[in-house]
Amino acid sequence: MRLRSLQIILWIAATAAVITFLAVRWWPATDDTATADSAFMPTFALADSEGRMRTTAEFRGKFLLVFFGFTSCPDVCPTTLSEVAQVMDDLGSAAGSVQPIFISIDPERDRRLGLADYTTAFHPAILALAGSEEDTKSAAASFKIFYEQEADTSSPDGYTMAHSPSLYLIGPDGEWLRQFTYGTSAAEIVSDLLTRL
Amino acid sequence: MKHFLLATTLIFSAPAAMACETVTIGDLTVEHAWSKATIGAGRPGVFYVEIKNSGTTDDALVGITTPAAGMPMLHETVVQDGIASMPHAMSVPVPAGQSVQLAPGGYHGMLMELTTALKEGDSFPVTLSFEKSGEVTVNVDVLSLRAEGPDCADAGQ
Repeated sequence: MRLRSLQIILWIAATAAVITFLAVRWWPATDDTATADSAFMPTFALADSEGRMRTTAEFRGKFLLVFFGFTSCPDVCPTTLSEVAQVMDDLGSAAGSVQPIFISIDPERDRRLGLADYTTAFHPAILALAGSEEDTKSAAASFKIFYEQEADTSSPDGYTMAHSPSLYLIGPDGEWLRQFTYGTSAAEIVSDLLTRL
Repeated sequence: MKHFLLATTLIFSAPAAMACETVTIGDLTVEHAWSKATIGAGRPGVFYVEIKNSGTTDDALVGITTPAAGMPMLHETVVQDGIASMPHAMSVPVPAGQSVQLAPGGYHGMLMELTTALKEGDSFPVTLSFEKSGEVTVNVDVLSLRAEGPDCADAGQ
């Protein structure tokens, strides 16, 4: 009889373990916009405009709003930067918990043109990073984003950059939370952030 | 005092009003021409406008010129499979009876080799060349870096 109780307890424990496992495994997927499982922790290690190395580790405890772009892009990038600037303004007192980060995918030219001047003009809270080609490739691979230099005689310096224009939200523990696709309004982003802060 | 206030109001409302200026050529109406301030002159500026074709013949915007930039061109932002790119647009169709917008996230004029940085409140002329209707010049208002478009009563935005 005692053995039987033990069996029952073990079965309950096993069932609980399976349920817990499934919950952990599938919970993020039930969030309608989450695109990755809970183990996805994208990272970067890139130089800022003053040449200091900045890494994801130093921002633990904050939400990161990460986006990739280049400053010679007249349409998409300023639109995203404006959205992010609006988000930071609208967050008000909660803005301190969110760090917006612009990662240049055209780092050499952006460093030459002046990176911080550009992003600061949109919002002083935006941190601009432009690392080496190699570090930039690693960051993009870690975030699973695409970028590519395209030869184009109708663009400045004869080339333009194609890239993923989304905003990526990283949580205080470094975990990927979701992406906001290009064109998501500042109001939508703010209301999402406020539910998490 | 009343006149002073009126004059002040007019001066400050003038920049916003200019983007709301409408010019016509043949069956085409061109309005809401605007641009965004730039940080320095090393990066390209942008040109946005609305064109309405009230006629029965299709037309197309085939080029732009401006004294503000050495190399102005038409581009289109295309987001496909999650990737944004900006191919050169040979022309922007302006079909009969329809309106087209050069607006953020779509067709836009890319003003490369700016002669000077564009400052909020400035304005500069852009000449649009249409396949059938010919050329027309509009005044373009430089709005703030974060502007989403001109604030016109009839802008329909």
